[in-house]
Amino acid sequence: MAPDLTRRLREEAVVRIIAHVDELTALDQAIGDGDHGFNMKRGFEAITALGDELDALSLGPALQKAGMTLVMKVGGASGPLYGSFLMAMGKAMTGDPLSREDFVGSLAEGVAAVKMRGKSEAGAKTMLDVLVPVLDAVTADDPLAAARQAARDGLEATRNMKATKGRASFLGERSIGHLDPGARSSALLVEVVCDVLEGKV
Amino acid sequence: MTDCVGIVIVSHSPDVAKGAADMVRQMVGEEVRVAYCGGDPSGGLGTDVAAIQAAIRAVNGPKGVAVLVDLGGAETNSEMAIELMADELLGEVVLCDAPIVEGAVMAATEASGGASLAAVRATAEEFLS
Repeated sequence: MAPDLTRRLREEAVVRIIAHVDELTALDQAIGDGDHGFNMKRGFEAITALGDELDALSLGPALQKAGMTLVMKVGGASGPLYGSFLMAMGKAMTGDPLSREDFVGSLAEGVAAVKMRGKSEAGAKTMLDVLVPVLDAVTADDPLAAARQAARDGLEATRNMKATKGRASFLGERSIGHLDPGARSSALLVEVVCDVLEGKV
Repeated sequence: MTDCVGIVIVSHSPDVAKGAADMVRQMVGEEVRVAYCGGDPSGGLGTDVAAIQAAIRAVNGPKGVAVLVDLGGAETNSEMAIELMADELLGEVVLCDAPIVEGAVMAATEASGGASLAAVRATAEEFLS
């Protein structure tokens, strides 16, 4: 595994989140309370501030530290949700060098942690509608291409779902027709990971 | 009084959290231990895991702590806060599925009489039924 992987993931994630703050805000204003963009920005800026301290770690401990930072800094439900995701992934990521099986196994732990923390499953118009299909996709022959496609399709599928979890569930039927902001930020981060692993950024 | 269940109020709004705590003080009195927090780590509307932990710590005791929350993020952040401080808790800490103001007043009333955590929680949650 490339030695600067932690740094590249950290740097690209915050750039991408900041570039999409307005989009996340608009999506969340439609069906939530409008704070998702700024909450994610605050969390990822706090991760950025860790800098060298984070980059010196291998991926597993780095993910745990980044996850804890999101928990403490975000201020909305996305903090514990993304934080638990990264902490569980990082904790499970013990292989060195990391094999594909290790990665898939740790992703599965992360997704399980989100389900537990959010008391939810796929189909409730949440980030799980991206993460669950992505987890299924990474066992494909071309895992990164499959993950990208699964994230895109999973995000798009939230448009016609009725929210049954989170703030959007207050809207009931009126949540239909809008993309879920948490699914959007998850799809964004899946793209970041794929781009970094493919050396595109 | 450490022989009472502690009450923690967690709102997205610092004003709501303080207001609910003020009502508890006025209606139940000083004998019950109440701590509150509100606002995200930048001071906007939201909740802050570190602040929730500080509030729980302030009323931590062997009879446990009942936590009242307002909206979803407050619940998720409170559950996360409790999990992360499991080592230092002297008793059980539970979230009550109750409206924040009414639940806090009912929970505190029950707690002030020395009731168990289960009884405090049940009294707070009666508001829903």
